Amino acid sequence: MGKRTVMPFGPQHPVLPEPIHLDLVLEDEIVKEAVPSIGFVHRGLEKLVEKKDFMEYVYVAERICGICSFMHGMGYCMAVEQVMGIEVPKRAVFLRTVWAELSRVHSHLLWMGLMADAIGFESLFMHSWRLREYVLDMFDMTTGGRVIFSACKIGGVRRDIDAEKMKRFLDALGKVEDGLHEIAGTFAADHSISHRLTGLGVLTKAEAEDLGALGPVARASGIGFDARTHGYAAYGDLKVNVQTEQSGDCMARASVRIRELYEAIRLIRLCAEIMPDGPTETKVTGNPNGESFARLEQPRGEVLYYVKGGGGKFLERMRCRTPTFANLPALLEMLKGAELADVPVLILTIDPCISCTER
Amino acid sequence: MAATTYKGLLMKKYISKSPWILHYDGSSCNGCDIEVLACLTPLFDVERFGAVNTGNPKHADVLLVTGGINAQNLPVVRQLYEQMPNPKLVIAIGACACTGGIFKDCYNILGGAEEAVPVDYFVPGCAARPEAIIDGVVKALGAFK
Repeated sequence: MGKRTVMPFGPQHPVLPEPIHLDLVLEDEIVKEAVPSIGFVHRGLEKLVEKKDFMEYVYVAERICGICSFMHGMGYCMAVEQVMGIEVPKRAVFLRTVWAELSRVHSHLLWMGLMADAIGFESLFMHSWRLREYVLDMFDMTTGGRVIFSACKIGGVRRDIDAEKMKRFLDALGKVEDGLHEIAGTFAADHSISHRLTGLGVLTKAEAEDLGALGPVARASGIGFDARTHGYAAYGDLKVNVQTEQSGDCMARASVRIRELYEAIRLIRLCAEIMPDGPTETKVTGNPNGESFARLEQPRGEVLYYVKGGGGKFLERMRCRTPTFANLPALLEMLKGAELADVPVLILTIDPCISCTER
Repeated sequence: MAATTYKGLLMKKYISKSPWILHYDGSSCNGCDIEVLACLTPLFDVERFGAVNTGNPKHADVLLVTGGINAQNLPVVRQLYEQMPNPKLVIAIGACACTGGIFKDCYNILGGAEEAVPVDYFVPGCAARPEAIIDGVVKALGAFK
């Protein structure tokens, strides 16, 4: 056995936009073990439910994570609506689905950029983020915010997209799709990218099942699990094609995410086409009494919301289980046996969201 | 006219032409972090002001802190600040870094970035827009006498 060295990685590291600390136990260049320590972003949001009333807490839920912010708000609203037995108008449900899928486009483009940056492909990083700005403009146009826009509220949504705006919205979506062809083509065909990603960090189907991987990480290992197929929100009316790959390496995870981008764009178009007219919110009266779950598919995997109300203005308990936390054991497994230089790529391959993980 | 300080002279004459920026995510929700990163990308492109993003505190002139401070990241922010060479600027980005923001009442939040390091400028907003961040950095660099 060679001499073992422990190398600290993070919390501040050029490749990480967010703080996570890993102690890498190395034997020469090879990682033998990775010991994570988390808690740099822990705020204690679940406890805050006792200080903010259940309507106000939507704003806090949206700030669990700024990348999939809309879906956090939506998950919380869905759980509370189930407790209170609120029937959300059909149009509001479709609008939520449009914004949720657009969040997925935004998040996957962001991931593509960060991944390109991690493998040293600076121009692809810039192109992905340039394209992402179109998506943020679409959010800006329809909701008035770029990353955190509080469009979701209990009982419906705050804003409607009228016909004229919807036309501009879909035009902009076409532009995003055109740009995506170019970037996705580079990602799939570039020799140096496939050299860096193919065969790296293989997670077999059995391992993914044992470690409880979720989202694109599980789907790239051949597990066709996607919470959208359960038909929450408007997904019951849309048929979601679950994207899977078999090889379970970094390239497979990249290609799952790229195909999900196209799928999300298709779903947004479909939503816009079959969206019914009508009101966008219902009046909410009373306080939540009882408990309920909501599950929904975020860009990183399934998120689970649990709320419990006791008939008062404040909820008694709110629990949120986020996908990155479930994917961390898979990451630690992938890191074993990897070279030190591949560690940033492997960390980014699960698309970590630390502020979700630690809340 | 106020006397020019040594720090001000260095800032005005040299660093303001090409500030090297270090970004640290305190305990933010990512909203401000991705907006800080968006500043570097083609639409906003801060490189036209000579600004460069660096991951190395020893190369950095400007520290951008996003998010509030908690017990675990307090020593990290302090250490980054101490590792930066003088003269240096600290700018708090977003409501959380300014005061604690929406998370102020959380049990694990001590407050804004000022809990850890002296802050020169504050950029409000939740999330702070890239225009506001660029404006804050440019103003902070230009304000030195």
